Amino acid sequence: MRVGLEHYLVVSAVLFGLGLYGVLSRRNAVAILMGIELMLNAANVNLVALNRYVAPGAVAGHVFALVIITLAACEAAVGLALVLAAYRTLETIHVDEINVMKW
Amino acid sequence: MGELVAFLVLAALTLVPAVVVVTSRNLVRAAMALIPSLLGVTGLFVLLQAEFVAGIQVLIYAGAIAVLILFVIMLTEGGTGLAVRQVNTQRWPGLAAAAGFVAALVAVLVRTPWPAGSGTLPAGTTAAVGEAFLTEFVLAFEVSSLVLLVSLVGALVIARREP
Amino acid sequence: MPAVAWGLEILRATVATVLLFTFLAVVAAMFGVLAERKISGWIQSRLGPKHVGPQGLLQTVADTVKLLQKEHVTPVNADPVAFNVAPLIVPVAALLAWIVIPLGVPFGVLLIGRDLNIGLLFFVAMTSLIVIGVLLGGWASNNKYSLLGALRSASQMISYEIPLALALLTPIMLAGTLSTVEIVDAQRGGFLGVGRWFLFGGGHGLGGLVVGVLAFAIFVAAATAETFRTPFDLPEAESELVAGYFSEYTGMRFALFQLGEYGELFAMAALSSLLFLGGWHGPGFTSTLWLFVKLFAMVFFLMWVRWTYPRLRLDQLLNFTWKGLLPLALLNVLLTGWVLV
Repeated sequence: MRVGLEHYLVVSAVLFGLGLYGVLSRRNAVAILMGIELMLNAANVNLVALNRYVAPGAVAGHVFALVIITLAACEAAVGLALVLAAYRTLETIHVDEINVMKW
Repeated sequence: MGELVAFLVLAALTLVPAVVVVTSRNLVRAAMALIPSLLGVTGLFVLLQAEFVAGIQVLIYAGAIAVLILFVIMLTEGGTGLAVRQVNTQRWPGLAAAAGFVAALVAVLVRTPWPAGSGTLPAGTTAAVGEAFLTEFVLAFEVSSLVLLVSLVGALVIARREP
Repeated sequence: MPAVAWGLEILRATVATVLLFTFLAVVAAMFGVLAERKISGWIQSRLGPKHVGPQGLLQTVADTVKLLQKEHVTPVNADPVAFNVAPLIVPVAALLAWIVIPLGVPFGVLLIGRDLNIGLLFFVAMTSLIVIGVLLGGWASNNKYSLLGALRSASQMISYEIPLALALLTPIMLAGTLSTVEIVDAQRGGFLGVGRWFLFGGGHGLGGLVVGVLAFAIFVAAATAETFRTPFDLPEAESELVAGYFSEYTGMRFALFQLGEYGELFAMAALSSLLFLGGWHGPGFTSTLWLFVKLFAMVFFLMWVRWTYPRLRLDQLLNFTWKGLLPLALLNVLLTGWVLV
């Protein structure tokens, strides 16, 4: 039985769902960021699999995946810097306790 | 046959630690489980003949982003609160939403008649990716380098201790 | 590929890997530790170990036996999973990096784990995985000095990875490939047998000489910092923070950390002799012998540097990389491109 495109798409869909569950249900800001990284990885698997099976003449999927990896690194850096700054000021990084609005 | 076995092993290596990442109460253990998940994705890339992307994935994701996450967990004492509740009130609606989304996505993706591609991947994807970045996708290349610069400076400014 | 050929390939890869790791454990760890002690003794005008075996050659065997029979102590509140996994990650990542290092072409048979076409990218990626083992080891020890040592060590390692990778770009651009075997092949021949070495610019004249020497200097500096050797060994000097991130490890786990460090040291020395000093090309001798001569010359040089210079403070060390080595490495990449055009 050959490994087809559907196998990779199912794996990336399940990985995306796990990342989505992590983002929606965790309290700690760093744990939410880990869920986001899982979702970005699922998108990368999707892109590279589609490049290999549907459009193998060029490497556009690889290029797109590399740009996503770069932007994921940028977003992780800025997000974690925000988490550190929030921890220093508010003494907590549980997102349901961070509420500095007046009402 | 060998490819199917390799695919199943790599898919398990990707998905089982991902479950640990999103459900573990110990944050350091969740961060530790992120690393085999990323290495499983690397294996899937190698199976898809995308060796350059696989190398970059290990170098940047497992070697830099995972390290950054571990650093911040250790600096914000997130790993010591085992008695601290780690899931918020949206747990069951979140699970339902994620499961529903995955079911819809799988149903759509499996039923789409994907066109079979013509042509073959270039033998050395490194050279092909480099050439693509400098000819067809040069705008994306330059913009992403600008984004890297801006986020580098931004992260430094945000995380700096006020003197 | 039919099943038999696939099985044979797996068998060959397994045998090659087992041989490689045995070679590393015997040569790198045992011989390297002994060589370090003898060389340090010679530089400091004293004799090194000389009681165990002829001229002290069995010293490391005695050390290993001693370490094997020590008690495994796990601190009380340590996370058991992280505490036990960390001393596995460091040597495994360092040994995985050896898969792409060729050891010569004796009798026409290429001795290498696997000649990947992204060989150098794989090497840099594997050495960047060592940081994870360092961080987990420091965290899992449940000891604030270990944690501080681990954070310092990890920040030093990730800072020096960037000039390391950028310095590697020069031989990659000069040879036009990421594969280690092809880079060595591109250095064959030339004036007196050394004219096409990438240290001297691979036959591109004066500009090539400047670029090659600069890239070699940056690579050796970054490699010294990556393997925590003086003058960059603040995180694990005995007079600082006890022993840094591996303070709480006893017996064989400590030996595993040391195996990882010496394996990485030999890997960096091997890579610098492959990429800059012509690999296994040399007049006369068999290829593997020439490679080992260059490898041990580099290792001797690194050990000589260790026992000659004082160590840098952590902020001086980080300033040196971010404000000194990194702009220099970027400038070097630019100059290489200019020389090649």
